[in-house]
Amino acid sequence: MAALHFHNVTLGYDRHPAVHHLSGEVARGALVAVIGPNGAGKSTLLRGIVGILKPLDGSIHLGGLDARDVAYLPQSAEIDRSFPISVFDFVGTGLWRATSLFGGIGKAARGKILRAIASVGLNGFENRPIGTLSGGQMQRVLFARVLLQDASLIVLDEPFNAIDAKTTADLLALVKQWHNEGRTVLAALHDMEMVRNHFSETLVLARGPVAWGPTADVLTPENLLVAMRMCEAFDDSAAACAADDISSRAA
Amino acid sequence: MLYDALIGPFTEFEFMRRALAAVIALALAGAPIGVFLMLRRMSLVGDAMAHAILPGAAVGFLLSGLNLFAMTAGGLIAGFAVAILAGVVARSTGLKEDASLATFYLASLALGVTIVSIKGTNIDLLHVLFGNILAMDDQTLLVVAFNATVTLLVLAVIYRPLVIESVDPLFLRTVSRAGGPAHLAFLALVVINLVNGFQALGTLLAVGLMILPAGIARFWSRDLTAMICIAVVAAAISGYAGLVLSFQTRVPSGPAIILVATVIYVVSVLFGRVGGIVRQLFPGRHLEA
Repeated sequence: MAALHFHNVTLGYDRHPAVHHLSGEVARGALVAVIGPNGAGKSTLLRGIVGILKPLDGSIHLGGLDARDVAYLPQSAEIDRSFPISVFDFVGTGLWRATSLFGGIGKAARGKILRAIASVGLNGFENRPIGTLSGGQMQRVLFARVLLQDASLIVLDEPFNAIDAKTTADLLALVKQWHNEGRTVLAALHDMEMVRNHFSETLVLARGPVAWGPTADVLTPENLLVAMRMCEAFDDSAAACAADDISSRAA
Repeated sequence: MLYDALIGPFTEFEFMRRALAAVIALALAGAPIGVFLMLRRMSLVGDAMAHAILPGAAVGFLLSGLNLFAMTAGGLIAGFAVAILAGVVARSTGLKEDASLATFYLASLALGVTIVSIKGTNIDLLHVLFGNILAMDDQTLLVVAFNATVTLLVLAVIYRPLVIESVDPLFLRTVSRAGGPAHLAFLALVVINLVNGFQALGTLLAVGLMILPAGIARFWSRDLTAMICIAVVAAAISGYAGLVLSFQTRVPSGPAIILVATVIYVVSVLFGRVGGIVRQLFPGRHLEA
């Protein structure tokens, strides 16, 4: 049973494709790394999966999941760090699915929030305003919120950018724990060493898919070279894409 | 002596009691709205909205004279139209909310002035511009209290999405569709409270009893709940002290209230616990950890 289906999906902005004709599926419980150069469409693909970007063409199916079964950690969260909210309350928003507008935060929920904060190593930070945290601590807070969301599909956009080795190791352990619990995890990454050592499946993206499969088969110098050569610029005078006609004729 | 100055006016005169009741209702509802305006960096949006309301109120005045219901209705319609159109355009086109709002409130202002000049009557809009909290009748007071009650109830409903959308809008979008409606409801509350305020303080100063207390609160706490409480208390104190000042001197009530709030604001900027200037100049020795 697949957690995610891509049907010839094209995602982009202003009619220009950023992810072009991607088809395939992610098995339930898979641990998938999405790699590719800057501008390859990694973030765009993840935004499409969580539903904040509508496909220009084709479709993405969540395998029967509700949008609320998906937890998303964006690359540069548009978080207003000056807002007066404590770490405890901020992490607590991860319980939205259970509490929604009016649901009370009872003793059990408070315990959950405290455990989530503890499991990212931030005991004692509960009452600190989020504005006083360092970059790495904030990333831990965001992981704690994902943890609370208890989602069956977890989408992480470059979660280890500008994060030191210790924090990366701690957070990577969480990712592996999610994998062991049977959750599906997709992460956009740049660290090839990490992908090779910890992620079983890899999608190499360069606008279109370059290769997709078991990491050992996919992460080859040839594939990476193809991805690197991707042309980044939009062509303002590009004609409407005809690939759909071709594929439908073939069918 | 002190009793005569501070409490006497309210035991002696009914209009002072009404004014006090009105200003407390305004403080209860307006100050929390002001805190959210400030935290969402929309402080000047409140000001722009006040201008958007003015022509609506003028039309109401033209149609039915100095009838507060007509003027309130006109103000509400103009304010809602501008707030909602601006919100919808900003959300559906990606134009920034402030740019979108500027366009609409200017259009609303121009339209109002045009209507007034075509009618050509020589009307006294001084009351609309500066309000008169000392001339509250029962009906007006009830309208103010009703609006304040509605504000607090709606704020309770949209509180969570409003807070989450202020901190992390992208997160709210991934877990819920409540963000958009909550934002529009919030804009509506801004309009309701501006209209509410202009009966007491006038169009131009109505936003003052929302924004100044929020600014004051920001210097005394880093916690949202505490900020809202401080803002409400600061607004109520400003209202009370402003009324006393206005009674004892010849300063008009609206400006007196806002001037008192300004004094509290200046004191907060200087001596506030959170980022106050004196605190920054003399922070004390650095801590061990």
